[in-house]
Amino acid sequence: MTDQLFDALIELADDNLVLGHRLSEWCGHAPMLEEDLALANLALDLVGTARALYSLAAEVEGKGRTEDDLAYLRVEREYRNLLLVERPNGDFGHTILRQFYFAAFMEPFWSAAAAGSSDARIRAIAAKAAKEMAYHLRHSGEWVVRLGDGTDESHRRMVAAVDALHHYTDELFVASPAAEAMAGAGVLPRREAMRAEWDRLVGQVLAEAGLTAPDVPWPQIGGREGLHGEELGHMLAEMQYLQRAYPGATW
Amino acid sequence: MTETPTPLWEVFIRPRNGLSHKHVGSVHAADAELALQAARDVYTRRGEGTSIWVVPSAAITASDPDAAAEFFEPTADKIYRHPTFYEIPEEVGHM
Repeated sequence: MTDQLFDALIELADDNLVLGHRLSEWCGHAPMLEEDLALANLALDLVGTARALYSLAAEVEGKGRTEDDLAYLRVEREYRNLLLVERPNGDFGHTILRQFYFAAFMEPFWSAAAAGSSDARIRAIAAKAAKEMAYHLRHSGEWVVRLGDGTDESHRRMVAAVDALHHYTDELFVASPAAEAMAGAGVLPRREAMRAEWDRLVGQVLAEAGLTAPDVPWPQIGGREGLHGEELGHMLAEMQYLQRAYPGATW
Repeated sequence: MTETPTPLWEVFIRPRNGLSHKHVGSVHAADAELALQAARDVYTRRGEGTSIWVVPSAAITASDPDAAAEFFEPTADKIYRHPTFYEIPEEVGHM
């Protein structure tokens, strides 16, 4: 039970940290100042949730590891994040669509966890994260509509983003053995139960944006087993560099 | 390729319930909804606000700085308009 809770928390924490780091890569590079700050805000929400989840995982594990050990001292095969969140930023359209797909899952997920988890520590993390995800969903959804239904160029780029990212979305609903066990114990919501709400949210926004979800004959999955694209290794190399080069460094 | 400049919006934030909205700055955004979100992201990051207004900058009519003399200087010698100009009789007590 403890091992499975640890594993399930790590999966969620890795999703948040990897996507948070990806968003932080925009800092200083966004198309406009307003969006530069917006993306950094979203990144900080995700990194904050990741910290809370890693801390809880470390406490559950009880081996004296810290949130930093879990974030900085695991290699890519030990990372359990979804493939969707590690996808490179691409253009702003890719980034905002990736955010929308993720938030359309996490908002209902954290809301359900805040209301129904049997673990008070998870209810507390979920209640905070649910509010943040509601804003991520609003912000990214509004952008998807405006870019999809904008100029010829923005529409073309959003079509490309949907084609590039949609086949990573089935993995949102895949439950690892740990996630399955935690759902059975009432600690975390069942991932598959978010399907109807995700389909509704995504269907509504894509329709308004004039975009069509493609058929996905071969969903891309494997992140929960540590099977990642090569891009995650590059990302972790940069993210972990300081702790690898100067172990224990603090500032 | 011609690019239309993104419209400018003036941002007003109410710091706490009961206080009035104060002008805090401006943002660029394509429409009102995105302007609200941009204002939230740029100006309320440290818990500054409980309410936001955004107004198209183009909708604001401003007084002309060159007309400042005729607009504002005539009030300078009318000190009797300030409540502090009058002596309040003792019997009135605190107003």
